[in-house]
Amino acid sequence: MLKLYDTELRSHLLLGTSRYPSPAALIEAVSSSQTEVVTVSLRRESSGERAGQGFWSIVRGLEVRVLPNTAGCHSVKEAVTTAHMAREVFATSWVKLEVIGEDDTLQPDVFGLLEAARILIGEGFQVFPYTTEDLVVAERLLAAGCQVLMPWGAPIGSGRGLNNLFGLKALRAHFPEVPLIIDAGLGVPSHAAQAMELGFDAVLINTAVAEAADPARMAAAFARAVEAGREARLAGPMEPRDMAVPSTPVIGKAFLG
Amino acid sequence: MRILVNGAWRDTAAADVDTVLKEMGWGESAVATALNGEFVPASARRAAPVAEGDRLEVLAPMQGG
Repeated sequence: MLKLYDTELRSHLLLGTSRYPSPAALIEAVSSSQTEVVTVSLRRESSGERAGQGFWSIVRGLEVRVLPNTAGCHSVKEAVTTAHMAREVFATSWVKLEVIGEDDTLQPDVFGLLEAARILIGEGFQVFPYTTEDLVVAERLLAAGCQVLMPWGAPIGSGRGLNNLFGLKALRAHFPEVPLIIDAGLGVPSHAAQAMELGFDAVLINTAVAEAADPARMAAAFARAVEAGREARLAGPMEPRDMAVPSTPVIGKAFLG
Repeated sequence: MRILVNGAWRDTAAADVDTVLKEMGWGESAVATALNGEFVPASARRAAPVAEGDRLEVLAPMQGG
């Protein structure tokens, strides 16, 4: 089970709802991923099309939990206000807190993130901070009251996989009891399996599924990879070695030379 | 009176946020509001006056990652 704050989940895969070719493709991908949590955002409503109302109706029909984000917020005030608005519309105290610090990499502004996290936790939010693998920042976020961390694998939408293996392994090792969700940058199911093999508790996928030629099929592939990686972690992977070790017994080998 | 609603100027006779939403056809919609950058909870919209030049943001659920 995956425990996020007081919620227990069977699936270790979280799915974003953006960039799908159609609403039907989103619905199919959520179904085949077997996810129990999808991320959503808040944007300006259009007066004519009322696109937001239609989207919200689709999401409610999915019967999964929603994790609202503060995507695109560059300041503490923007992020905090967006979180307030999201709590009202989505009727959840969960918030995936993003404070973006740099536009090319969409790297979190970890200073603003910490400040916003403190404010929101003080107001009763359950904060899922989108952060880097920085250990000191992680320590401060936990001290502020975050009970889940969402370190990036690679820049959002880049599909590059786990960019800083050393840093992510160190993060896992430092905080063995904290739920850690790899958020952003995973491109293919093997990236997700690798994250789970390293002991991360879950992954959040969006672009890699939504922009696949067949999103539903890719969602299923990610679900299997997450499960395989988690099983492998629980099974205890062998340590890599530098030299070959014969897998077939040497004792008893015939002398035929 | 002119106010900015989601970045577009709009003429309105509305005195408060709640009435602006009704004018725009969002009276029953799942939206959240912010006036001049400050969150206005649904329960406070009728008591939130709008004035010339105010910026009203009306946000709705959208796709997100």
